[in-house]
Amino acid sequence: MSKPIVATTSLAGCFGCHMSILDIDERILQLIELVDFNKSPVDDIKEFTTMCDIGLIEGGCCNSENVHVLKDFRKNCKILVSVGECAIMGGLPALRNNIPIEECLHEAYLNGPSTKDANPDKILPNNEELPIILDKVYPCHEIVKIDYYLPGCPPRADLIWNALVALVTGDELKLPYEVVKFD
Amino acid sequence: MSSLVQSTIEKYGKDATRLMDIITDIKKELGVLGKGEFTEIADQLGLSSVEVEQTYSFYHFFSTDSRAKYNIYLNDSLVSEMMGRHEIAEAFEKSTGTKFGSISSDGLFSLHNTSCIGMNDQEPAAIINGTIFPRITTYRVRELIQQFRAGKEVEDMVNSFGGGKNQSDLIKSMVTNNLNRRGAVIFSNYEPATTLNKLKDLKPEQVIDEVKNSNLRGRGGAGFPTGLKWDFCTKSPGEVRYLLCNADEGEPGTFKDRVILTEIPHLLFEGMIVGGYAISAKEGILYLRMEYDYLKDYLNAILDDFRKAGWLGKNACGIEGFNYDIRIQMGAGAYVCGEESALIESSEGKRGEPRNRPPFPVQVGYLNKPTVVNNVETLCSVVKIIEKGADWYKAMGTKETAGTKLLSISGDVKYPGVFEIEWGMSIDEMLEMAGATNVKAVQVGGPSGRLIGQNEFHRTICYEDLPTGGAMIVIGEHRKILDVVKNFTDFFIEESCGSCAPCRYLTVILRNKLQKIIDGKGVTKDLDDLVMWGEQMKKANRCGLGQTAANPVLTSIENFRSEYETRIEKGKDFDTKFDLNKAIQNSSRYVGRFPQA
Ligand SMILES: Cc1cc2nc3c(=O)[nH]c(=O)nc-3n(C[C@H](O)[C@H](O)[C@H](O)COP(=O)(O)O)c2cc1C
Ligand code: SF4
Ligand code: SF4
Repeated sequence: MSKPIVATTSLAGCFGCHMSILDIDERILQLIELVDFNKSPVDDIKEFTTMCDIGLIEGGCCNSENVHVLKDFRKNCKILVSVGECAIMGGLPALRNNIPIEECLHEAYLNGPSTKDANPDKILPNNEELPIILDKVYPCHEIVKIDYYLPGCPPRADLIWNALVALVTGDELKLPYEVVKFD
Repeated sequence: MSSLVQSTIEKYGKDATRLMDIITDIKKELGVLGKGEFTEIADQLGLSSVEVEQTYSFYHFFSTDSRAKYNIYLNDSLVSEMMGRHEIAEAFEKSTGTKFGSISSDGLFSLHNTSCIGMNDQEPAAIINGTIFPRITTYRVRELIQQFRAGKEVEDMVNSFGGGKNQSDLIKSMVTNNLNRRGAVIFSNYEPATTLNKLKDLKPEQVIDEVKNSNLRGRGGAGFPTGLKWDFCTKSPGEVRYLLCNADEGEPGTFKDRVILTEIPHLLFEGMIVGGYAISAKEGILYLRMEYDYLKDYLNAILDDFRKAGWLGKNACGIEGFNYDIRIQMGAGAYVCGEESALIESSEGKRGEPRNRPPFPVQVGYLNKPTVVNNVETLCSVVKIIEKGADWYKAMGTKETAGTKLLSISGDVKYPGVFEIEWGMSIDEMLEMAGATNVKAVQVGGPSGRLIGQNEFHRTICYEDLPTGGAMIVIGEHRKILDVVKNFTDFFIEESCGSCAPCRYLTVILRNKLQKIIDGKGVTKDLDDLVMWGEQMKKANRCGLGQTAANPVLTSIENFRSEYETRIEKGKDFDTKFDLNKAIQNSSRYVGRFPQA
């Protein structure tokens, strides 16, 4: 039987959740026995080449590209998991949600300490190549259906590991207190 | 140091627990307080400036900017909406030239929304500089604004007096009582001081026993046996105890305490004295919601009469060693302060955040002393029980719910107002009594209660069957249930104190889901989520507000599921309806880019 296939991505996240995946340490050897990877920064595969079983999403959606990628994941993964605070709630990036996007852009490109004097032509990034910023940062489940949520910032490596193993083996997820306590 | 701050603080004896009063008085003069005042007040009271600021920012009537000459607070309760609030709000915006939540450029008018002001029987109603303007029409809005522009004072625009004591010199209000039915207890014949005269022949324990025997249950909603509560309080260790009367009456649709406070405040104060005597309290405090500020001078005058007559003060009621007085504590616009431990916090000058329980207020209450909190109607009932006996009282009502109940009936009825009934009346009878036909639903007990449909109209009003604090909002056939639910959910969002995470944001998520369904974008999953998440609210919140905040959603889905189902997309299980084009609109425009998403 072929191994289950996993895809991962970081949307509006800090890559901390991916670091936490790597934090499973030597179990990474077990991991590659257990699953194959498709689209993921882990193996640098940029586009889906096959239907996947599990998609791990880090980060919420702050721009149009995030939305496209997330929808692509939904299309190509049987199970989608929101990994970490940013994917589940928007996280730190969502701190801007109470501020109108115009004000955010103004502060970032026209008025910020590092841009005020450095941007005399008052240029706002508007090249067609660039993704477009959304009015606010959306948690993933407000865009597509999410099947499971792994809380934490980042979720502990053990939690990610336990969840992956449970999904792959079909066994019950082990949730001892240590893996879901946050301080 | 400004002399205003200085003199106000001195007026309240530099007592930090009187912070509510201090802010109220200063705010009346300044319209808004800032960092400067917070620091000044804090320095004088030995508090930190954020302690002052957090009390200030908690309360609606503090935190809203009322620097305009005329500050208009328009009720946004459900019944106000049903009675045409929308048109009135538009008329206010048009004639003042300003939007809700702001002050007109000429500084004359500010417009604010406000939660139910206890006038559901005469909506739409607004409070302008503390004066109640009930039954507002668009004509009246134009007239008011024109006259204000011409320099008329708010008092000049009081063009009628409601009946009864509303006409008395110290009230002079347009509010009407709408006391549609007097019953055998609260609004029966009343000879002031009959019970007070009896008091010196009774021991405190005898009073408590009589109340216990009467099976009286609290009228604020929870229905806790009053005698037992008093007993618990007296048995808590400590010499100093307090009695607080809860006149916060914030549950949308309730206004019965308003009518008591207007027509028979003597009876209430008598009840506060009987209660104070029974638990040997040091002081009684009437916590009065800011919306009823128009009654304050009148109530204080009556308290003065009581003092002159010897019913209050040293050796009150001629009882040696019973030194007892009553003061009025004003609220400042927060529904949650009706919750007894929040009421205590607020009376101590703090944010009205409910306390963890246990310990209960009867153990650790006001100023950390054993404290009884009772509703206005409860304390009034006590007076009649002591006068006429527990057996007389018990003979009325049902087996487990003795006596009478004041109902505040409003909405789609011919005769909105207060009705005193014996417990045990059915909803059908009630509707007939108030003149309501073609009724789709009744909200029993206000938003925190139950929304019932015709199949439950045979049920009876009592603790064995349909318990209620008395708010009965009648909803006619032509109304949309989801609009009702949305109004109530908005109310809870506005009034949550914010301590508990589920109460703070699950309410918002529920509202957004509702809105999605109202907008025709709902799918089956949304309905399932409403139920699943709504259930969590009961378990995951500290006080009754959060625990009941999903009741409108849950009970309406239970009883009016079809109204939801007709609005959701058939055959579709899941769809977030995320609209990318809409989400990129503002930023695209701002950076000068008009691409396809
Ligand atoms: C959010 C909330 C608001 C409340 N508002 C009121 C109120 O306005 N008046 C009232 O008497 N009780 C109110 N209560 C109930 C009080 O906590 C308390 O049970 C009551 O005042 C006790 O008096 P009783 O035993 O005489 O009914 C409220 C409770 C909650 C949870
Ligand atoms: S949840 Fe925490 S670790 Fe993960 S992407 Fe967000 S900020 Fe980084
Ligand atoms: S349930 Fe809501 S109102 Fe009650 S304490 Fe918690 S946050 Fe405050």
